[in-house]
Amino acid sequence: MAKNRVIDSCQMLMIGGSTGSIEVLLQLLPALKTPLPFALVLVIHRKNTADSTLVNLLALKTDIPLQEVDDKDAILPGTIYLAPADYHLLIEQDKTFSLDDSEKINYSRPSIDVTFESAADVYGPSLVGILLSGANTDGTAGLNAIKNAGGVTVVQKPETAQVPFMPQQAIEGAPIDWVLDVKEMEGFINDE
Amino acid sequence: MIEEPEIDILLNDLLEEHGYDFTHYARASLKRRINRLMALDKFPSFAELRYRVKSDATYIKRFVEELTVNVTEMFRDPLFYKTLREDVLPTLAAKPFIRIWHAGCSTGEEVFSMAILLQETNLFHKSILYATDLNPDVLEKARKGIFSLAPMKQYSENYMLSGGKNDFSSYYTAQYGHVKFKEELVKKMVFSTHNLVSDRSFNEFDLILCRNVLIYFDKALQERVLNLFDDSLGSLAYLALGAKETLKFSSLQSRFKQISREKIWRKIG
Ligand SMILES: C[S@@+](CC[C@H](N)C(=O)[O-])C[C@H]1O[C@@H](n2cnc3c(N)ncnc32)[C@H](O)[C@@H]1O
Repeated sequence: MAKNRVIDSCQMLMIGGSTGSIEVLLQLLPALKTPLPFALVLVIHRKNTADSTLVNLLALKTDIPLQEVDDKDAILPGTIYLAPADYHLLIEQDKTFSLDDSEKINYSRPSIDVTFESAADVYGPSLVGILLSGANTDGTAGLNAIKNAGGVTVVQKPETAQVPFMPQQAIEGAPIDWVLDVKEMEGFINDE
Repeated sequence: MIEEPEIDILLNDLLEEHGYDFTHYARASLKRRINRLMALDKFPSFAELRYRVKSDATYIKRFVEELTVNVTEMFRDPLFYKTLREDVLPTLAAKPFIRIWHAGCSTGEEVFSMAILLQETNLFHKSILYATDLNPDVLEKARKGIFSLAPMKQYSENYMLSGGKNDFSSYYTAQYGHVKFKEELVKKMVFSTHNLVSDRSFNEFDLILCRNVLIYFDKALQERVLNLFDDSLGSLAYLALGAKETLKFSSLQSRFKQISREKIWRKIG
C-alpha cells in the first residue's frame, strides 16, 4: 500500500470488534512494529465475565505492553489497552480513561459506539478507528462520530470477516476511508 | 449534543440554585448522561434544558436521578464475594459487633448479598449494615426488599459461584413477577441518604464497600471520598471497591494493603 500520512498524525488507534474479531487480533498484534507511536485501544464484545483470559491471550501475542484498563489510567503511546468486560470505556479531556457501568448500548457493554464517540471528542483528527467482524450494529455511530471530528475510519473487508454484518453495516451507514483485509491492515498500521 | 462550556453552566446552576454539586463528576460519563436525558425528555436545545432545570423544582429530582447510574446486581463479581466470605468475614468473627457501610448502595442488591453472607457465616446477629446513597428513591426500593424475578436465575448462579451452599430461592418468596426477600434480612439494615460529595463521616466501620461509585468521580473527588473512608475505618478494617477501581492514584495506598486479587484493601497504618 502507498505510504499514508494518516498514521503519522495519529495519537490514538481504536479497534472495535465482536464475534470473529479475536482471531483477527491474534493475527494482527504479532505483526505490529514496535515501538508503537500511538496508544492502541481495543474494545471487544465478550461475555461479562471479569476473568483475565482475554487479556492474557492477547498479551501472549505481542511484546508491546498490554493491559486491561483500570479507572483513571493515563493514556500513553506505545501501549495497548483493552476495555474491561461489563463497563463502558470513556476518554476524558486530560487523556485519561474513565469507566461507566450505565445501560448497555447495542446490547453491549462495553459498546464500541460509546468509546469511539468519546474518543472522537478528545482526539478529533488524530484518531483512527477500525471496525472488525461482528453480528451487531455497534460501531457505525462511533465511526460517524470519528469522521465528523476529522478522524480516519477503517473497516475490515466484509468478505474476509467471520461475521460480515458489522463491517457491512458500517460501510452502508458511515463514511469509510479504507476497507481492508487483515494483511492490508497490518501495512496500514505499520505505515508501510 | 451538549458542549463542554454548556455543561459548566448547567452544573453551576445546579450547585447555586439547588445545592447539588456535580462539578467533580467524571465529565465524559456526565456528558453522555446529559445528552441521553435531553433525547429522552425531548429538549430541542440546551437553552430549554437549562430553563427547565432552573425553573422547575420538580424536574430537578428527575434530572439528578437520571444523571446518576443505578445499575447493580446481587453477588456482582462472585469471586469478590467469595473472598469476603472466606478471607474477610472470618477475621471479623471475634469482634463483639461488626459495622459495615455500603456507600452508594443503589437499590440494595449489594446489601442483601452481604446480609446473606453474614447469615451463612453466623455473624449476622452481631452485624449492622449501614446502606447509604445520594438518591432517596433507590433507598426506598432497597428498604422494601422487593426485586424483579427475572434476574434471579443469574443471581442464583452468582451466589453459587461465590461459595453459597443453600438454595438461593430459600431467601425469598416469589409473587407476581417479583420476589420479596426475607424480612429478617432487613432487620439489620439502616438506610439513610448520604452525599459523598458533601457529607461527613458518621461512624467507625470494620468494612466499607463503595463499589462502582468512584468511577463516576474525577480524581480530586475520589481522593476526598477515599479520605472520608479512611477517617471512617478502624485499624485493620477493610475497604472494598468495584472491580476496576483502585487506590493506585491515592495517598491512601501506602497505608492500605490489597489482600487478594480482588479489590479489597486492609488498613495497616
Ligand atoms: C452504579 S451504582 C453502584 C451500586 C452498587 N454499589 C454496585 O456496585 O452494584 C452507583 C450509585 O452511586 C450513587 N451515587 C452517585 N453519586 C453519589 C454521591 N455523591 N453520594 C452518594 N451516592 C452517590 C448513585 O445514586 C448510585 O445508586
